[in-house]
Amino acid sequence: MMRTIYILWLRQLKRYVRSRSRLLGSLGQPLLFLVALGYGFGPVFQKAGQGNYLEFLAPGVIAMSVLFTAIFSGIEIIWDKQFGFLKETLVAPVSRLNIMIGRTLGGATVATLQGIIVFFISIAAGFRPTNLTLLPIALLIMALTALLFTAMGTAIASLLEDMQGFQMVMNFLVMPIFFLSGALFPLEGLSGTIDMIASLNPLTYGVDGLRGALTGQIHIGFFNDFAVLCAVTFLFMVIGSYLFSKIEI
Amino acid sequence: MSQSENQENYAIQVHGLTKKFGSFIAVDNISFSVKRGETFAFLGPNGAGKTTTIKMLTTLLRPTSGTMLVNGYDPIKDQDAVRRSFGIVFQDPSLDDELTVYENMEFHGVLYKVPDKILKQRIEELLNFVELWDRKNELVKHFSGGMKRRLEIARGLLHTPKVLFLDEPTIGLDPQTRNHIWKYLKDLNSTEDITVLFTTHYMDEAERVANNVAIIDHGRIITGGSPEELIKTTKTNSLEEAFLSLTGKNIREEEAGSIDQMRMNRRMWSK
Repeated sequence: MMRTIYILWLRQLKRYVRSRSRLLGSLGQPLLFLVALGYGFGPVFQKAGQGNYLEFLAPGVIAMSVLFTAIFSGIEIIWDKQFGFLKETLVAPVSRLNIMIGRTLGGATVATLQGIIVFFISIAAGFRPTNLTLLPIALLIMALTALLFTAMGTAIASLLEDMQGFQMVMNFLVMPIFFLSGALFPLEGLSGTIDMIASLNPLTYGVDGLRGALTGQIHIGFFNDFAVLCAVTFLFMVIGSYLFSKIEI
Repeated sequence: MSQSENQENYAIQVHGLTKKFGSFIAVDNISFSVKRGETFAFLGPNGAGKTTTIKMLTTLLRPTSGTMLVNGYDPIKDQDAVRRSFGIVFQDPSLDDELTVYENMEFHGVLYKVPDKILKQRIEELLNFVELWDRKNELVKHFSGGMKRRLEIARGLLHTPKVLFLDEPTIGLDPQTRNHIWKYLKDLNSTEDITVLFTTHYMDEAERVANNVAIIDHGRIITGGSPEELIKTTKTNSLEEAFLSLTGKNIREEEAGSIDQMRMNRRMWSK
């Protein structure tokens, strides 16, 4: 069983390392956010008395790249469906649950690696973490966030027939999750509706925990962040496994 | 003959197998059996139900009703036992393009729990068999259709299955490659003592390779027997003529598409 999970995990990693264009493409976006938004909004943020915007933004951009990579890794199942490789795994004497676990761990590892790379990019852009001893916590939060959204991607991909639905998922799910998570602006003192949406958004807790670990600014608190991330990750693993087990080719 | 003797002699036994997609009947109450060690061809126009039948035999689809035995195991109840006992080459490529030839083989070997010691040796043997050993470290995405197909055959044999399913194994390939593939499969039949069930549109291939054929149309088996018998009973000169006289000369090109469409709609609205 462990070997099965391992080989599925390894496959995700090999695919990630080998598709250089995907790697480079996915690094351009965070860099653009850091430079354009970080430096563009910096002065306004400062004038409003909120301090250094790049310090605020960098954890949000790291969370963004974890989110995008994780969802994308999960959604990759649609590719496997279309290009036939999924059949090879589904017809093998391996339980669907193990396939799901191996893939999800692989996708989550890739997303976490992506987060680490973006962490270094933001350092190059001028970001300075305040407390280096909290880096392991930051890593843990990235990994949990990655796991959560890979499982969510798997669940969605199990329902979709082809890549045509992908754009819809991006516009109506992934983008709102990103924009309404506190990644780009502080959640303190927001109007009721947006505050409520943000508190229902699992990424909010990932961003909050990550920002707390990297810069010391925390809004919700580590304990609650962890509790919510763990609970929602578990929930999506169950939903994802169920939907994945129902796939018919 | 007793039940157990029956199972010894037959690699595949199917009785009253039916698959409905909504109100559409893709496979309609078919029964057939394939003897151990024989090469059996499933022939029929597009959309006749060949692929659906293979999917049911290989545990990818649940039948609406009917019974099946593959190597003595029930594909509905004994999924894992059935899965270990057959190899399959799907109609569409099912390789990972981003992995190398060797990695694709290794991945398969691990999923099928082939022991490490045997695995390396078996991969070498099979890649030599399909003449791809020299290219074992190349990425599959640079391969031609024929090379991919050869690799898939090698991969399907890796876990020493007793039955090999091939869904349109030679479709879209040039005559040279087709010839090669049938040569491999014939060699295989004599060296590995394996039962082969394949579907094809090329009647000349079926006539040349198959011991027995079943002709399926509109989800039903119209007739079966050895190619010689079919040619004889239809008073024709070749299996192709026999096939046309049995299934008619109308074109069915749209049917496969509409079935896919139907299944897609069914899934969209049923979830």
